[in-house]
Amino acid sequence: MAYSDKVLDHYENPRNVGSLDKNDPQVGTGMVGAPACGDVMKLMIKVNDDGIIEDAKFKTYGCGSAIASSSLVTEWLKGRTIDEAYAIKNSEIAEELALPPVKIHCSVLAEDAIKAAVADIKAKQAAKEA
Amino acid sequence: MDRDPIYLDYSATTPVDPRVAAKMIPYLTEHYGNPASRSHPYGWTAEKAVENAREEVAKLVNADPREIVWTSGATESNNLAIKGAANFYASTKGKHIITVATEHKAVIDTVRELERQGFTATYLEPEPTGLVDLEKFKAAIRPDTVLASVMLVNNEIGVIQDIEAIGKICREHGVIFHVDAAQATGKVAIDLEKLPVDLMSFSAHKTYGPKGIGALYVRRKPRIRIEAQMHGGGHERGMRSGTLATHQIVGMGEAFRIAREEMEMENARIRKLRDRLLTGLQSIEETYVNGELDHRIPHNLNISFNYVEGESLIMAVKGIAVSSGSACTSASLEPSYVLRALGRSDELAHSSIRFSIGRFTTEADVDYTIALLKEKISKLRELSPLWEMYKDGIDISKVQWAAH
Repeated sequence: MAYSDKVLDHYENPRNVGSLDKNDPQVGTGMVGAPACGDVMKLMIKVNDDGIIEDAKFKTYGCGSAIASSSLVTEWLKGRTIDEAYAIKNSEIAEELALPPVKIHCSVLAEDAIKAAVADIKAKQAAKEA
Repeated sequence: MDRDPIYLDYSATTPVDPRVAAKMIPYLTEHYGNPASRSHPYGWTAEKAVENAREEVAKLVNADPREIVWTSGATESNNLAIKGAANFYASTKGKHIITVATEHKAVIDTVRELERQGFTATYLEPEPTGLVDLEKFKAAIRPDTVLASVMLVNNEIGVIQDIEAIGKICREHGVIFHVDAAQATGKVAIDLEKLPVDLMSFSAHKTYGPKGIGALYVRRKPRIRIEAQMHGGGHERGMRSGTLATHQIVGMGEAFRIAREEMEMENARIRKLRDRLLTGLQSIEETYVNGELDHRIPHNLNISFNYVEGESLIMAVKGIAVSSGSACTSASLEPSYVLRALGRSDELAHSSIRFSIGRFTTEADVDYTIALLKEKISKLRELSPLWEMYKDGIDISKVQWAAH
């Protein structure tokens, strides 16, 4: 399997590896995938009062493309609003990393992780307001 | 990368031993006659070389040279043995075949093809050790069972089946017994005078010979008949037509001669290397050996590194050439069917690596491998949410995952 230089770069030097405090009301967590399918992504975002993503961290169990996809989105997320984050499409991720067709599902998973993290933070915000 | 990766994939193929290559070359450039040519010395020389090689192959497995049929490799031998015997004996014995779920695809797919042609088949599940339970094997035999096929050494996990006991059961029930021994030659002593085996497949390139050549053992006493799958000039007593590849055959003969003479010493050396590798890798937390260690060739070590995904692991260990139990690399995103048949979870099957060591592996290679694995697995586990959950005491098998 030939990987693009960008995938290799993210795989060799993954950005923003780690976790945030999941109990922090400003932190949203998205965990998607399944071990049986060979990939699990955990994405955590910290959102300030203006709805801007201040920090993003990830941990991924999966192939090089899955690690690269999640590493890339942590870079993209910082500084965006949660609505902008929600609008990120898997095709943008796949294009940026030049993923081959068999690895498109990695970008889909990264998009799902973003959506799950955003949904989590929105649920937390709603619970706080209620 | 500054240098080629260290080769630890001897179960996939082996380098041709330089002694073998040297012996082959004159049969390409000087003694290029067709062994079937009876009218001039070119043919005679080639024929003599072919028959000498046939003797060497026979000697390694204590068979009669007349029981050895040249083929293009173990895949062809398996096809010829299984289709050839099943079709020949279908009308007298029946149309049921027994094999094992962990067989090589060259056996599984051949049996599947026979199923499409009207045969029925039983694919026995092995025990978690990788070995076939003899009682379960016996229970699978039916009055219409014509043939059973069980490999001697498994290609993925290296376990050695009790061919003698299985063969005995087959004899008692009049079932023809085929054994795929592609991974066994030069690693396990084979004595076909004693073993109740009717057909046995061999390959040259797993035993330091060239690719593209193999052989099928076809027992003479009691005589086993097979239907030819390749028709033509009637070579190999009609069982396999086609001009013999003299240089390849010479290579296989020489490779098997070396195997016979050096097997004992070589296996002792390889066992030491394997034990060193095993001890080193087992010092890493949450590692699992796939298949049992007692009935196993020393050349194979198949280990799962829990909470690390197989393909990323393969990427991480570019310094060594190994094979992954996860078929992600072939783009099918499926864990190894062999490890699944042992009852391994998908995750563990995905995180497995097959290390296979051989004639040219050194202690330094093993030490480098251990150090590399320790470093990379620790790095990938830092990245793994599953490792984090494991460390937090969460039972991952109890988590509700959204399958995708």
